[in-house]
Amino acid sequence: MKLIIAIIKPDRLEAVKQELYKTDVNLMTVNEVLGHGRQMGVTEVYRGVKEMGNLLRKIRLEIAVNEDFVEPTIKAILNGAQTGQIGDGKIFVMDLVECVRIRTEERGTTAIG
Amino acid sequence: MRQWAVLTVLVLCWMSAGMALATETATRPGATLSPGGSVQGFTSSHGERDGGGSDGLMPVEGATRAPLIEAQSAPASQVMPTGESVPKNDTGDTAWVLISTALVMLMTPGLAFFYGGMVGRRNVLGILMQCFVLLCVISVQWVLYGYSLSFAPGKGFWGGLEWVGLKGVGFTPYKDYAATIPHQLFMMFQGMFAIITPALIIGAFAERMKFSAFMAFMILWTTFVYDPVAHWVWGVGGWLKDLGALDFAGGTVVHINAGIAALMAAIFIGKRNGGGKTILPHNLPFTILGTALLWFGWFGFNAGSSLGANELAINAFVVTNTAAAAAGLSWALLDWVFNEKPTMLGVATGAVAGLVAITPGAGFVSALSAIVIGMFASIFCYLAVTVVKPGFGYDDALDVFGVHCVGGIWGALATGLFASKGVNPAGADGLFFGNPKQFLVQLLAVGGTMIYSFVVSLVIYKIVDVILKVRVSEKDETVGLDLTQHHENAYTILE
Repeated sequence: MKLIIAIIKPDRLEAVKQELYKTDVNLMTVNEVLGHGRQMGVTEVYRGVKEMGNLLRKIRLEIAVNEDFVEPTIKAILNGAQTGQIGDGKIFVMDLVECVRIRTEERGTTAIG
Repeated sequence: MRQWAVLTVLVLCWMSAGMALATETATRPGATLSPGGSVQGFTSSHGERDGGGSDGLMPVEGATRAPLIEAQSAPASQVMPTGESVPKNDTGDTAWVLISTALVMLMTPGLAFFYGGMVGRRNVLGILMQCFVLLCVISVQWVLYGYSLSFAPGKGFWGGLEWVGLKGVGFTPYKDYAATIPHQLFMMFQGMFAIITPALIIGAFAERMKFSAFMAFMILWTTFVYDPVAHWVWGVGGWLKDLGALDFAGGTVVHINAGIAALMAAIFIGKRNGGGKTILPHNLPFTILGTALLWFGWFGFNAGSSLGANELAINAFVVTNTAAAAAGLSWALLDWVFNEKPTMLGVATGAVAGLVAITPGAGFVSALSAIVIGMFASIFCYLAVTVVKPGFGYDDALDVFGVHCVGGIWGALATGLFASKGVNPAGADGLFFGNPKQFLVQLLAVGGTMIYSFVVSLVIYKIVDVILKVRVSEKDETVGLDLTQHHENAYTILE
């Protein structure tokens, strides 16, 4: 089991979702977050007071998958989120120790899908 | 870009200073504002000249201009005959139109919230800013030359330049427009209409127009589209006015005019880049607040257009409220039938559609006709928004065409159907009251306005596009207009 966390541009969310549905990944959690990597932040001005390097809006996806789905999920996110511009985001993959479905108390790989 | 902005401000200052000097020399030196704020030169001495008919509430500068104004209505008489007084200000009428003017002003911020709630939250300040800055820009434009282009007695196409810088626009009533209120009050009341009309167009190109291009487009649009069309319908010598077209409070001038320009803008600027997803309203309570302010302001818009505290104002008030209510109700029912549940945004949209539709007929139709006009306004606008727009695939973001143009056309034609001399003897009878000709005149007014506005708006749009490029870059659109055009954020996620 793996947990995949992807940080993407807000306007790519819909495309990523469509790609994920195509690969049969239908379960995900989505957060709105702020951040910036190599892409410059934005400048804000309030009554002449400048706020430099402010963070940009990003979307953070969390998807828990079984081993077979790791590569297809990564591919789907790449397909949906890649524009080739700075600021496209990152995908993090990490091992998942346990998963419990609250409704049925099922555990492990059956609980994920 | 910044240099251009500074240059524009300087040119504006220079122009107004020049005009101020020109007007100053044209008037007698006595009429100046004292530091206390009261107008010196309000004397009754000129009463001797006009045969004592005035109660002295006229400034001296008005007295020097009075013969000029008089000369237009009665060119033969150089000297005013004793006994026939100059038009006199009525305090009740003046008070009502003053309040109405303020009410119509409130509609522009109201519209800002109406629109602002419907866009994504990264663009809400962009919308508020566009509406607010029009309040600033067109107010100045109107005083400098807009009022003159629209209302100075001129040829059929547009007014002359004789009232540029409000030269000759004093406190004496101008009989051909409003015989009982100060001319300057009429000017200001009309000014509020000139502000909200371009503001209506904002909804069509919402979330994707560059601010600099917006400013250029709006100044040109108001000058070359709004001002002439206002003259056609309301100005002395305007060809639609002479034809007998009925437009009580601006269905043609304001709503059809803005609505068709909006359609043009939506088509040519292209669809919003929503990443394949419809952009959902970010704050519907804002939209409802805006609707409430619009409804409230519309009492000034319509009932104020009687230009007096009289029976006509009451009729306009009653039919305005009735039509808005009927239309809000009817949209709720349509939603209920076709989309399972009645929606708040639906009621708000319906109410605005009803207000638009009753605008041209407010002074000519009865309350029962208003119910029919309101009901059908929602039906037609609902069709335009849910069937026509998806069918053609243009992205009129906030349905300016669907609500204002379609509602306005229906209102103008409905006036040709339901107008009755029983309501307003100075008006005309419509088709249902035995005068089919009125319906044809209305049709001509609608058609003429739509063609002119669409074509000229398109020319202005293309010129601005070549020079400034109307649409923001894709990256700026993604980040949002608030940050990219104004360096501000409406809401914080982290503090």
